[in-house]
Amino acid sequence: MIAEVGHYALVLALALALIQATLPIAGARLNDRVLMGLAEPVAVVQFLFVAAAFAALTTLYVTSDFSVLNVYENSHSAKPLLYKITGVWGNHEGSMLLWVLILALFGALVALFGSNLPPTLRANVLGVQAWIAAAFFLFILATSNPFTRIARPPFEGRDLNPVLQDIGLAVHPPLLYLGYVGFSISFSFAVAALIEGRIDAAWARWVRPWTLAAWCFLTLGISMGSYWAYYELGWGGWWFWDPVENASLMPWLAGTALLHSAVVMEKRNALKVWTILLAILTFSLSLLGTFLVRSGVLTSVHTFASDPTRGIFILMILTFFIGGSLALYAWRASALKQGGLFAPISREGALVLNNLLLTTACATVFVGTLYPLALESLTGDKISVGAPFFNATFGPLFLPLMIAMPFGPLLAWKRGDLYAAAQRLTAAFVIALLAMGVTVAIVQGGPVLAPFLIGVAVFAMAGALIDIFERVALFRQRLGTSMRRLVGLPRSALGTAIAHFGLGVCLLGIASEAYYGAERILTMKPGQSVEVRGYDLTFDNLISRAGPNYSELVAKFTVKSAGETIGVLEPSKRTFTARKSSTTEAALMSRGFSQIYLSLGDAGDDGSIAVRLYHKPLVLLIWIGTLVMVAGGVFSLSDRRLRVGAPRAARKPKLQPAE
Amino acid sequence: MRAVILTLACLLALHATPSRAVQPDEILPDARLEERARNLSRELRCMVCQNQSIDDSDAPLARDLRLLVRERLKAGDSDKQVLDFLTSRYGDFVLLNPPMNAKTFLLWVLPAGLLVAGGLGLILAMRRRGADGTGEGTAVTPLSAEERKKIERLLESDPRLQG
Repeated sequence: MIAEVGHYALVLALALALIQATLPIAGARLNDRVLMGLAEPVAVVQFLFVAAAFAALTTLYVTSDFSVLNVYENSHSAKPLLYKITGVWGNHEGSMLLWVLILALFGALVALFGSNLPPTLRANVLGVQAWIAAAFFLFILATSNPFTRIARPPFEGRDLNPVLQDIGLAVHPPLLYLGYVGFSISFSFAVAALIEGRIDAAWARWVRPWTLAAWCFLTLGISMGSYWAYYELGWGGWWFWDPVENASLMPWLAGTALLHSAVVMEKRNALKVWTILLAILTFSLSLLGTFLVRSGVLTSVHTFASDPTRGIFILMILTFFIGGSLALYAWRASALKQGGLFAPISREGALVLNNLLLTTACATVFVGTLYPLALESLTGDKISVGAPFFNATFGPLFLPLMIAMPFGPLLAWKRGDLYAAAQRLTAAFVIALLAMGVTVAIVQGGPVLAPFLIGVAVFAMAGALIDIFERVALFRQRLGTSMRRLVGLPRSALGTAIAHFGLGVCLLGIASEAYYGAERILTMKPGQSVEVRGYDLTFDNLISRAGPNYSELVAKFTVKSAGETIGVLEPSKRTFTARKSSTTEAALMSRGFSQIYLSLGDAGDDGSIAVRLYHKPLVLLIWIGTLVMVAGGVFSLSDRRLRVGAPRAARKPKLQPAE
Repeated sequence: MRAVILTLACLLALHATPSRAVQPDEILPDARLEERARNLSRELRCMVCQNQSIDDSDAPLARDLRLLVRERLKAGDSDKQVLDFLTSRYGDFVLLNPPMNAKTFLLWVLPAGLLVAGGLGLILAMRRRGADGTGEGTAVTPLSAEERKKIERLLESDPRLQG
């Protein structure tokens, strides 16, 4: 019964989406307020129906109703409750349902908080949003129905893939989707602007908070996924340039470019046409990411060809939305007036450089990810494009970006003074050089690139601080005055500095993890010790333990530093009975920002066990850096300008989605 | 969601107990040789996995390749000889860093090409804007003789400036 209700709710949501996709847009054409006004209640009710469908599926999972195929294939009655719930989106059908749930949520939020938008724009935006929703409802109902029943229900389910039974991966997809799908709002706004043929700085003011919120979620999602890969996959890597990762990195790069160009559009009314294009591209890349991950095209072009229904369907959605929006762009963009001229050396110029480098970096990832697929389907030749390629091409694009980053906020709008900006950054140069010197002195030798990267990271961090110090006139005014100024600073300016600082922190972690890590691979017997970077690890014994739906072999290690015991590490290997598969659970110990990482290999018959031990200096900074970036984004979201600037803002202070 | 699929593919392919990447018994006694082996391993693809290097992979094939690389190194091969040997056996597919040739020309040229094209496009756009002189912030066109006279006239006729 519950499954049928869920299924029917989805059908109703599709019907509502079709209404929302047509009538309000027609209303905007005919200037009919009643038709336009339909969009908001329909969007909200549509969300309620999708939410009902999602709740139905969740209930089926929680109650372990194995008469539903999806639950049978991905759940088990002995699975902990948390993973029963998160298992809902740990599979194709469920994750698509989560996708449309979030899409409908964003639509409802625009309907609820968009009362200060001009009625035609709001109707068009919600209309476009409903087009996307309708396409994906159709996709789910036609090819990926999560509510399919089994004629003869089995007693027990097949359990969720063990690597997915982890809290990190439980929250990763919702965050990622909030980001991916959040960009649909800027997409809908862009298409609506093209339909209306009108765009102004106010448009950017409405789009920016949505883009920023989506960007924050995407950043969190990617960061979370990376940390999960780091501790769960067991070899201590945190980024693999895997197509699935690239699929999320591309919208992030394009979205970051969009954030920056929207600033230029809002402040200076320039780069309009480009901003619209970026909004379209960013969401297109989100759709492409969904296609890459969901169609199976990545595993092999051949598996894709052998069962193409889903893939072809998503490909059609992709072609329709990307092709359609780009065609609309080609047709209407010339109607949008360009404005706001500026000199090459200016804040705008710096943001244009940012956009050039970010979009090229994005294109590089795009080419590297899709080239092997294209080559194989065209010529049948198989090549691999892996980490070495991306490191060689992405790095040289990102480093100049990070070196230029501190200059941007120090340049004036319209026409800036590069020399004056460089002068103000003198302290940052000096600190960066010192950092490089200290690094070389400590490490003595090693790769030349490493100290340079650390220098760049420190330069970016110091540059962000100098931006703030300059603004509050620290050391030039009395401290009290500076503090007052700090409080009075626009939140968006502070947010920018915080986010830029975070990127520097992130690079610092990346550089030191990549170049200064230590590794020990060996077989150990109980009682034996191994040393890494001044830490002594003694292998005490092996024990067996039983978990809720797995059994595990745990190796106990005592960690000593300078003769004193500082903790115990318990890496384990888990065997999941239902799927007869196993996972390796690494044990981590944080010392400051650095970590000791211990992971198990095969156990021998004599009680010995293969061990991989790493010391990863400053590795935590990689993820702390991304968190700082998100904090910057959130801070910027709270800017007065984004909350006010509309007549009825006092009553509805929040333009952005919930935080 | 990264690696989920590929780990799955690899793990499921092996069922039972996955042997972890680089095993203790594979490591060469000669630290120099071992370091070269590790570096080479990162450049080589585990061909039954999805986008994993043999250094990271748990698959038996990856282990075989790791051992093969080490054998070749012990036999005195240079890094390039090892890579050539593996390419002759498995094709370019085994290299994670694709070599530049007719097939991969676009792959290697596009990133730099796009940057240069984008940069040039921007410079041209800037020039064009500067040249037509409407820019308030760009190159300022000097006043024409006529405009200069007009200003002078205006200034002369302003009573406040008449001392």
